[in-house]
Amino acid sequence: MNDVTQLQDQLRLVPLEHYVFLCIVLFCIGLTGVLLRRNLINVFLSIELMLNSINLLAVAFSVYYNDPNAQAFVFFIMVVAAAEVAVGLAMLVMIYRNVQTVDINALNNLKW
Amino acid sequence: MMVPTLPLIGFAGYLLYGQYLKEKSAGLLASLWIILSFFLTLILFFQLNESSPAINVHLFDWINTDDLNIPFEFRIDQLSIIMMLLITGVGSLIHIYSTGYMHGDEGFSRFFAYLNLFIFFMLILVMANNFVLMFAGWEGVGLCSYLLIGFWYKDHENNKAANKAFIINRIGDLFLLFGLFLLYKQFGTFIFSDLEQNIAGSMSSPEILTFITLLLFIGATGKSAQIPLYTWLPDAMAGPTPVSALIHAATMVTAGIYLIVRSNFLFALAPLTNEIITFVGLTTSIFAGVIATKQNDIKKILAYSTISQLGLMFFALGLGAYGAAFFHLLTHAFFKALLFLGAGSVIHGLHGEQDIRNMGNLKKYMHYTHLLFLIGVLAIIALPPFSGFYSKDNILSLAYIQSPIWWIAALFAGLLTVFYMLRLYFVVFWGKERMSQDTINKIHESPWSMLLPLLILGILSVFGGWINAPELLLGNKWLEHFISPIVSIHPSHLPHSTEWILMAVSMGSILLVAVMTYQKYVSKAHVPLIESNAKDGSFVNLIRNKFYVDELYESVIGKSFLKLSQFFNSIFENQVVRRITDGTGQLSLYVSENIRKTQNGFISYYLFAMALGVLGILTIFIFFAL
Repeated sequence: MNDVTQLQDQLRLVPLEHYVFLCIVLFCIGLTGVLLRRNLINVFLSIELMLNSINLLAVAFSVYYNDPNAQAFVFFIMVVAAAEVAVGLAMLVMIYRNVQTVDINALNNLKW
Repeated sequence: MMVPTLPLIGFAGYLLYGQYLKEKSAGLLASLWIILSFFLTLILFFQLNESSPAINVHLFDWINTDDLNIPFEFRIDQLSIIMMLLITGVGSLIHIYSTGYMHGDEGFSRFFAYLNLFIFFMLILVMANNFVLMFAGWEGVGLCSYLLIGFWYKDHENNKAANKAFIINRIGDLFLLFGLFLLYKQFGTFIFSDLEQNIAGSMSSPEILTFITLLLFIGATGKSAQIPLYTWLPDAMAGPTPVSALIHAATMVTAGIYLIVRSNFLFALAPLTNEIITFVGLTTSIFAGVIATKQNDIKKILAYSTISQLGLMFFALGLGAYGAAFFHLLTHAFFKALLFLGAGSVIHGLHGEQDIRNMGNLKKYMHYTHLLFLIGVLAIIALPPFSGFYSKDNILSLAYIQSPIWWIAALFAGLLTVFYMLRLYFVVFWGKERMSQDTINKIHESPWSMLLPLLILGILSVFGGWINAPELLLGNKWLEHFISPIVSIHPSHLPHSTEWILMAVSMGSILLVAVMTYQKYVSKAHVPLIESNAKDGSFVNLIRNKFYVDELYESVIGKSFLKLSQFFNSIFENQVVRRITDGTGQLSLYVSENIRKTQNGFISYYLFAMALGVLGILTIFIFFAL
C-alpha cells in the first residue's frame, strides 16, 4: 500500500499538463505519420504511436484521479493493438507478395 | 351469413381451379352455389313477415376511427329479402341457362367465375346496412358488368363497349360519392337506420337535402341507365346474352331504383328532386321507347326497352309511389329476363344472328321459344292477366292521382312499348323466312337446360303480378304491405269507377296499337329491311340513329375533353412536369459526375479526409454542443 502511494507521489512530480502535452505531441506525430508517410510499415508504426499516446494519457489521468478503471482499458487497447498488428502485418506481407512494394499509393485500383 | 358467401366461394374456386374443371362440372357447380343460396334465402324469407324487425348481422368493423365507424354489417329486412330472392332466384335460372348457352365457349369457367362474383357483389349491395358497404357492392357489380361486357375480349368493339359502360358508370358513381360525403357531413352517419332517425330529428335546410338527393339520383341514373347517362346500356349488349338478361335487365340496372327505395326517407323530404326524377324518368321512358321502334338488333331493342321500363320505374319513384316502382322492378325482372333469354335462345338457334331483318317465321322452327317469348311480350305490353299489367296499371293509376297529364304521358310510353315489342315479335316469329337456306337447315330448338329457366320465368311472368294485385282485382296488395316497414303505403284515393275507366282506356289503346302493329308487320308483311333502304323523312332517320346522342356526347364532351388533355399535355406535362422530373435526374447525374472524382483510390487521401472529418466533428462538439 505504501509502495503504491509512493509511486503515485513520484509520478505526480510531473504536472498533469505535461503528460497531456506530451500525449498531444505524440498523437500528432502519429497522425502526421499516418497521413504523410507512404511506406505501409511506417504507417503502421504511426498508428501504434497514436494508440500508445492515448494509453499514456489514460494512465496519467488514472494516476491523478485515483481511478484504476482507465488502466483496465489500457490493457484492452493493448490487446486490440496486438491483434491488429498481427492481422495488419499478415496483410502487409500478402500485399508485398502481390505487388512487390509496400508503397501505400500503389494500391489505388479501387476507385470510381 | 351464408347467402352471399356461397357465390364468393364459387368465384374463388373458379379462380383457382377453373382451368382444371370439365365444362359440365364447372357449369353444374357454379349453378349449385347460387341455387343453394337461393334456398337459404327462401328459408330466411319464410321467417320474416311484415311486422318483424330488420335482422342485423354484424360481421366485423370495417372502418373504425374516432368519428367514423363503418361496420361490415348486413341488414335483412322486407325490402332486401325480396331483392335477395330476386337476385338468387333469377340468378340461378340464368346460371342454368348459361350452361346451355355458353356450351363450347373457351372461356366457359371464366364466365361462371364472373357470374358468381357478380351475384356476390349484388347481394352485398342489397344486404348492406350502410351506404359505404352498399357502395362497395355498387362498384363491384360495375366491375363485373365491365368484365362480362368485354367477355369476348378478342373483339375490339366489345372492349370499347365495356370501357364505355365502365366510364359512364364512373361518372354517375362520382356524383353518388359526393352525395354520400354530403350526407355524412350533414347527419354524421352512413347507417340507414341511424340516418333515418337523425333526419327525423335534425332541422336541416331543404336545399341541402335537395342537393344530396339530386346527387344520389345522378348516381342512380348512371347505374340504371337514365338520361343523360343511358348510352352505355345499348352498347353493353356486346356481352353474352345471359349477362344481358341478368345484369343489364333484371338485377344490376335496378340498383338505382333500389338505392332510391332504400333511401326513400330522404327523397320524401325533397319535393324538387322528386319532380326532377319524375320528369327524367318519363322523358327517358318515351325517348328510349321512340328509339327502340327503329332498331334492328334484337338485343338492342330489348336494351332500349329496358331503359324505357326503368324510366317508368323512376317516374313512379318521383311520384312517391315507391311500392309501385318496386313492384314493377320485380315483374320487369321476370319478363325482361324471360325476353332476353328467349332472344338468347333465338340467337343460339340461329348461330349468332342478331339482326331481326335476317329472321322471320321462327314460330315454325322453335315452338317452345316462340311460346315463351310470346308470354314475355304479352307481359311487357301489360295485357291482363300477365304480370306487367298489374305493375304498369298500378303506376298508371297512381300517376292519374297526381295529374291526368302524367297519366297520358305514361300511357304513351306504354303504347310505344306495345308497338316496338310487337314489331320485334312479329318480325322475328312471323312473316317469311329471310334467313339463307343454309341457316334454315341448321335452326334448332335450344336444349332443355335453356328451356327450363325460360319455362320458370314464363310462369313467373304470368303469375308474378298477383303478389301485388289491387283490391279491385281481388288481390290484397301483398307486396306493398310486406315492405311497409321500409316504404309507407301509398294510399289510393281513386274511386273504383275511375279506376275501371282508366284500365279500360289503357287496355283499349293497347289493343288498338297491337292491331295496328299486326296490320303493319303481318298483314302487309312490312319488313324493316325495306324501311332502311327507303328514303325516309328526316325524323325517322333521326330515330334510327338514336337521335345522335352518342355522336353528341362524342363531339361535345369527348372532343373537348381531348382538347383539354392535349392542352395539359403540351403545357403542363411538357413544360412543368417534365422539367421537374427530368431536371431531378439530370441534377443528380451532374453532381455525381463531379463528386466521383474525389474517389481517386489513394488511401492517404481518404485517411486525410477521415482525419479532417474527425477534427470537424470535434470542433462542432467543442464549440457548439458544449
